[in-house]
Amino acid sequence: MNTLGNMIERAGGVFLLPVAIAIIAFVLIGAPSSWLTLTVAGLAMGMMLFLMASGLSLVFGLMDVLNFGHSAFVSFGAFVAASVLAYFGGWLGSDSIVLNVMALVFAIAAAIVFGAALGWFFERVIVKPVYSDHLRQILITMGALIVAEQLILATWGGTPTNVPRPHFLEGTIIVGGSSLEVYRLFAFIVGAVVYAGLYLLLNKTRIGLLIRAGVENREMVEALGFKIDRLFIGVFMLGSALAAMGGAMWAGYETLITPALGAEMMVIVFIVVIIGGLGSIQGTLLGAIMVALMQNYVGFLAPKLALASNMLLMMAILLWRPYGLAPAVK
Amino acid sequence: MSLLSIKNMDVSIGQYSVLHGVTFDVPEGGVFVLLGRNGAGKTTTLRSIMGLWDRPAGSVTFRGEDISSLHTSDIARRGIAFVPENMGIFGGLTVAENMVLATASGKFDDTRLKRVYELFPALEQFWDKQAWSLSGGQKQMLAVARAIIEPRDLILIDEPTKGLAPSIISAMGEAFREISETTTILLVEQNFAFAKSLGRDMAVIDDGQVVHTGAMADFAADTALQDRLLSLSMEGA
Ligand SMILES: Nc1ncnc2c1ncn2[C@@H]1O[C@H](COP(=O)(O)OP(=O)(O)OP(=O)(O)O)[C@@H](O)[C@H]1O
Ligand SMILES: [Mg+2]
Repeated sequence: MNTLGNMIERAGGVFLLPVAIAIIAFVLIGAPSSWLTLTVAGLAMGMMLFLMASGLSLVFGLMDVLNFGHSAFVSFGAFVAASVLAYFGGWLGSDSIVLNVMALVFAIAAAIVFGAALGWFFERVIVKPVYSDHLRQILITMGALIVAEQLILATWGGTPTNVPRPHFLEGTIIVGGSSLEVYRLFAFIVGAVVYAGLYLLLNKTRIGLLIRAGVENREMVEALGFKIDRLFIGVFMLGSALAAMGGAMWAGYETLITPALGAEMMVIVFIVVIIGGLGSIQGTLLGAIMVALMQNYVGFLAPKLALASNMLLMMAILLWRPYGLAPAVK
Repeated sequence: MSLLSIKNMDVSIGQYSVLHGVTFDVPEGGVFVLLGRNGAGKTTTLRSIMGLWDRPAGSVTFRGEDISSLHTSDIARRGIAFVPENMGIFGGLTVAENMVLATASGKFDDTRLKRVYELFPALEQFWDKQAWSLSGGQKQMLAVARAIIEPRDLILIDEPTKGLAPSIISAMGEAFREISETTTILLVEQNFAFAKSLGRDMAVIDDGQVVHTGAMADFAADTALQDRLLSLSMEGA
């Protein structure tokens, strides 16, 4: 029993859980081609959820701020990207991959810049006055989310907005009998690259070292001579930019978005962060992948349970590990 | 002139008034010991010097400059290091990462690092281990090592012997003696034997007020005074 536990620990511990879920799903689904399609869809969705959730996790870990308005960055990212893509509609339809890519890069960059700017405003004006007061944080950030939704409604209207996709990301490729959407592969790759970048930032740079230390003990970081405020605003802007980027990617994935997007994603993003454990991006990635895989597999096996599945997953994990699967050390 | 001078410091935490007009001077050099019963306000005093609680009244003068309204990080940059009661180790970081964060430039001064290794060989041995895996004594060593890896003028140390085995306590005492040859230490201690062996000057704090200051040698000789100020059975001073 103990040696088995040690073996699992050495092989990756909780990070093997998505693999376990995938194997169980493989048995239940039976058809390898459907399983592969669902798995790729789950991994792609997981990466987008990771983008949306990583900022929330870091901000909570470092600043102890519960930002219920976080999904406003997701929504704004989605709508800003949709507008930029629509503006470059001519380039998107073109057969030139260069024009395709440029339109896409502009759209994602616009979402990121907008997210970072909005994050700056949010931190300075809304969150800063309520540091270390969770109740007020919840109230004021929820209020901010409502305001953000209304702004989106006023700007983009209530009817679903169409999100044009670049030509080169349309269509599917066939691998071993299962059809894989190109956009999903693209989303997976983008998410993986961002994760790698974040990982390097956190683990190989001095700023990253300060962030990891600050997640554990803010006071001590200050007592060693560093201004935690500057880290806070930096991390907050980074987190909002990533959420907006996640929103932009999500918009392209859904191709039809409504102002309710933010509120819809909020629940799932919170589940991801709680499952993964607050303050660590490894945990967030793990939570995101698990939630997305579950959603896709259960959606296929028992569509009626799809929504409930993630709640059940969260409850099961919290019973087992109250701080989530891989929280930052506190 | 004294290195650190605290005058009439009042501190409230929430609605509780914890320190009432704390006043004492820490001269330059050696170990200055702050004694007091549980809950007397020793930790609060150190944290307030470090700027970690709001100070509504009074002054904290360090090398002639009033630092009482400075931000904690600026106080640290003035040359004051803090070893808190809970040690403040970053458990998820390696020993090396804990140490490198304590340097201003991100680079080690080789002579200082060598000195740390000599004082605390365990740190060299576990250099790349995550700090949470260290023993209590090793964590305390790491906390002290962080405070001396850069040149400092004053180190505030809060109850470093708490929960440590006697052999480790004596090693810690040796290290403090050596450190205090170049850096002033303001030491909060409940272990009176340990405090007595190191302290040159001292103060006793009780119920948020300084009730005695003087030379450690005199205080150590006066058992009646010790009983009155430190014994738990007697109230007031
Ligand atoms: N965070 C806090 N909130 C409320 N009261 C506090 C807080 N910290 C300390 N106090 C109160 O302030 C008083 C002084 O506490 P302090 O920790 O400074 O004592 P101490 O002398 O360090 O005691 P010990 O020897 O037990 O460490 C105590 O009555 C304590 O209850
Ligand atoms: Mg104390």
